[in-house]
Amino acid sequence: MALRGDWVYENNGGTCVAIAGSDYCVVAADTRLSVGYSIYTRDYSKICKLADKCVLASSGFQGDMKALQKNLAAKHLIYQHQHNKQMSCPAMARLLSNTLYYKRFFPYYTFNILGGLDNEGKGCVYSYDAVGSYERTGYSCQGTGGNLITPVLDNQLKSPSPLLLPSRDAVTPLSESEAVDLVKDVFASATERDIYTGDKLEIIIVNATGIRQEFLDLRKD
Amino acid sequence: MAKALADVPPKGGFSFDLCRRNDMLVKKGIQLPGFRKTGTTIVGLIFEDGVILGADTRATEGPIVADKNCEKIHYMAPNIYCCGAGTAADTEAVTDMVSSQLQLHRYATGRESRVVTTLTLLKSHLFSYQGYVSAALVLGGVDVTGPHLHTVYPHGSTDTLPFATMGSGSLAAMAVFESKYKEGLSREEGIQLVSEAICSGIFNDLGSGSNVDVCVITKGKTDYLRNHQLPNPRTYVSSRGYSFAKGHTEVLSTKIIPLKAKPEVAVVDAMEE
Repeated sequence: MALRGDWVYENNGGTCVAIAGSDYCVVAADTRLSVGYSIYTRDYSKICKLADKCVLASSGFQGDMKALQKNLAAKHLIYQHQHNKQMSCPAMARLLSNTLYYKRFFPYYTFNILGGLDNEGKGCVYSYDAVGSYERTGYSCQGTGGNLITPVLDNQLKSPSPLLLPSRDAVTPLSESEAVDLVKDVFASATERDIYTGDKLEIIIVNATGIRQEFLDLRKD
Repeated sequence: MAKALADVPPKGGFSFDLCRRNDMLVKKGIQLPGFRKTGTTIVGLIFEDGVILGADTRATEGPIVADKNCEKIHYMAPNIYCCGAGTAADTEAVTDMVSSQLQLHRYATGRESRVVTTLTLLKSHLFSYQGYVSAALVLGGVDVTGPHLHTVYPHGSTDTLPFATMGSGSLAAMAVFESKYKEGLSREEGIQLVSEAICSGIFNDLGSGSNVDVCVITKGKTDYLRNHQLPNPRTYVSSRGYSFAKGHTEVLSTKIIPLKAKPEVAVVDAMEE
């Protein structure tokens, strides 16, 4: 608490996107880590596999990203010892929210998206703010390129209002390959205009068969 | 008398009319809009028979790339060019003003402009505005006294150097020059080294990016190599493309207002009298 009042955070940039489909979930983030006008590294993975069907993508302050991932991994390990099973994605989503809100007055300076498959095997995406407010959505985008990408996703994947009754599925109508294609394209576009997004794109695809990883080179300038 | 002086319209320069108002607005907590800064890499070097200037082509507004392919090597005179870093409007305005003064000077004297003349005009303007005209320049040219390369800082101080860099990518570019520059480079070696220095800025400085512009000035000849290198093509284009079918935007309600027929203009003379 001695640090409160001083600015102890940095924004290391980067962009995360996740799209949920009927039987898959695509989670993607670029691998550039930077501050100000400098690049720290061109190859830092912002995506963390928390469980077999649950991955976390974060942007913001790298120190807090790492601390948060470590914290969640530790809690998940305890959960596995106590329950003899992996945590489900909706459970992990609530755990992440509680973990973030626990530090309400000295937050983890991270912007997270949790993606994976729910208990029925449907794709799910949870998006968060830095202090734990969260919502299940069909797609989400956070980070420095978020303002550039979100309207494109809104246009392509218009999801039903969460206020509609009866509530409708938030999953997108795209096929898995179409969703991956869209993710690659929006990142290539964001890289053209956001100086903190670039170098490489890491794509994680979660489906019934397991987790698959793909890479795409982005502009390095 | 004081009033009479104040009433004389200004002959030129800037209008400071709104300074007090803006100062008050800032004190009340209103944010003034930012300016387009060219977070930039610009360089220049002297080679065996002239000067080579180089620049990247990215213009930024905060973290957003405002222009992916802008021109940062400005024309001063047929034998003199000038790279600009800082606020885009300032570099453009200051180089345009001085280049016009040089043109008039050439009409008056009938002689080729000199680089030192350009340098003096630039620095005296920048000095008189105490650094508020934020233009950092690399000035190069070949005149009757030979090749010259200078840097000009926003406050009006200048340097005379065999190789120079400026802008947010200046350290990245200078690292290349310091390790590889030597006297008497050939034209090809010079262009190669300038391109390498600019690329160093493009890839290692987030304020710089996109393409490499080069300008080679030799005695009696200037070659402006716009987009000499294009090292940053788009890495992915969607194979599907995007189509927007009719009805893509949901129509919530429709109301048609018929236009009124144009009224006849009848008696025009009555109005004029």
